[in-house]
Amino acid sequence: MSTDPLESAELRQRRLLQSIVEVARSVFDAAAASVLLVDEADGDLVFEAVAGEGEHHLLGSRFPAGTGIAGWALMTGQPVVVDDVADSPQFARSAAESTGYVPSSIMAAPLICDGDCIGVLSVLDRDSRPRCDLGDMASLGLLATEMATVLELLLTLRSAAPDPVAAPAPGKPAAFDLAVLQRVADRLPGASDHVAATVGKLLAMADDLLDTVDADA
Amino acid sequence: MTDLQLPPWRRPPRDHFPGVPAWSMPVSVVPQEPFDISPLGGHLTQDWAWGGADGSGVRVCVLDSGVDAEHPLVGGLDRAMDVVRAEDGTLTVTPTEPGDTAGHGTACASVIRSVAPGAALTSVRVLSGGRHGSGAALLAGLTWAIEEGYDVINMSLSTTKAEFCDALRDLSDSAYFRRCVIVASAHNMPVRSYPWPFASVISVASHDSPDPMTYYYNPSPPVEFYARGVRVPVAGPGGRQLLSTGNSFATPHIAGICALILSKHRSLTPFQLKSVLYLAAENVAVPDGGARVD
Repeated sequence: MSTDPLESAELRQRRLLQSIVEVARSVFDAAAASVLLVDEADGDLVFEAVAGEGEHHLLGSRFPAGTGIAGWALMTGQPVVVDDVADSPQFARSAAESTGYVPSSIMAAPLICDGDCIGVLSVLDRDSRPRCDLGDMASLGLLATEMATVLELLLTLRSAAPDPVAAPAPGKPAAFDLAVLQRVADRLPGASDHVAATVGKLLAMADDLLDTVDADA
Repeated sequence: MTDLQLPPWRRPPRDHFPGVPAWSMPVSVVPQEPFDISPLGGHLTQDWAWGGADGSGVRVCVLDSGVDAEHPLVGGLDRAMDVVRAEDGTLTVTPTEPGDTAGHGTACASVIRSVAPGAALTSVRVLSGGRHGSGAALLAGLTWAIEEGYDVINMSLSTTKAEFCDALRDLSDSAYFRRCVIVASAHNMPVRSYPWPFASVISVASHDSPDPMTYYYNPSPPVEFYARGVRVPVAGPGGRQLLSTGNSFATPHIAGICALILSKHRSLTPFQLKSVLYLAAENVAVPDGGARVD
């Protein structure tokens, strides 16, 4: 284990994001799933985690937020599914340039933290078994909601983490809103088995992350 | 009394969600729940509402990412506007060259055109990339559209920013009294967003029937209508067509149907129009549509 506290926290955050996209890919038996976050500096969408196609080379790559199907979800704040992307040369080329893979379908849902669209959960080529399109969209939206809750926790932890360069600020309270955890706990009993299992896994990861931060501190 | 014994419109929302998700309606797999209606004399039919109409004489404004006027499925625009930020930070709505780098507004406009081919379409670009600023642009664009007196304003979007809630509610009320009908996409995620939950707008979620003219009334608001939102043929980049799913594409179906109704019945107020929509809905106008007529 790294002795660098920041490196360790970063690794755990990466693991958490990776587990999120692995779950999304598994739920839809998809070719790929990814989380893209908006870069505050220039507004670009940046790949923060990828499962499946592109997972070995996409991390950190970026594209303008106002383009593509992911851009639709980000701009409108609404989930969207497009099923014949390959028939649209512009979208297909855009997807191929950003992922190296030309999908037939793209699903995208916004990640909304505290009223801000901070990124997009994207799923390429969900399986072709007969299924309910509206159900797929609702499931994607629920996954995006849970992911946004976890990301909110992560981002709060990041912002609350002490800057190793700056002077320490002993006694400074963390800004995290514990009501988020209460809302998750309240919702969990009503979730489907699949979603409940996912949330449980994500919370276990968060617990693991906190253990690590405590240990490193 | 259990919640299910209450009529749909009186059931409490699930309070563990921060917002009210407008779940879509998979009519292909889930039977509709019957509910009571009063038919208001029973004279109103879908044929009375829009039979023979093509939307001529009705002005529809699309607040979105812009519209590609040259796309064959759009077939031209009446006007194209952009929200521009001046050096002093103020936002103004100014004429621009028609265009849409994102493609979302073009997709929505093509649905309106397919339903109401005679309507005059105007585009106002209020969406752009990035996470900041779109709320203010949305307010500026909506204010302009209301002042210009558009008959129908299509908003296949919503904002999750609470600071814009009050201003959007005021604008929606203003539009309602000025006979500008706002048709807005409901949100199918459990977050708070606006303006779709406001009573002064017509809110739309998706059903999965393939008929573009079939829509349903929802007896369990806040979302009031379901329109075609699954695998909708829409304008795609490069003059092509895409099959898209989402409330964004259900909304322009209702906007187009509103344009049809208004082109045939020019003096309807927004509350009359919503009543016509209700009475002509598939599950209200059609006896086996799930409603009980008293």
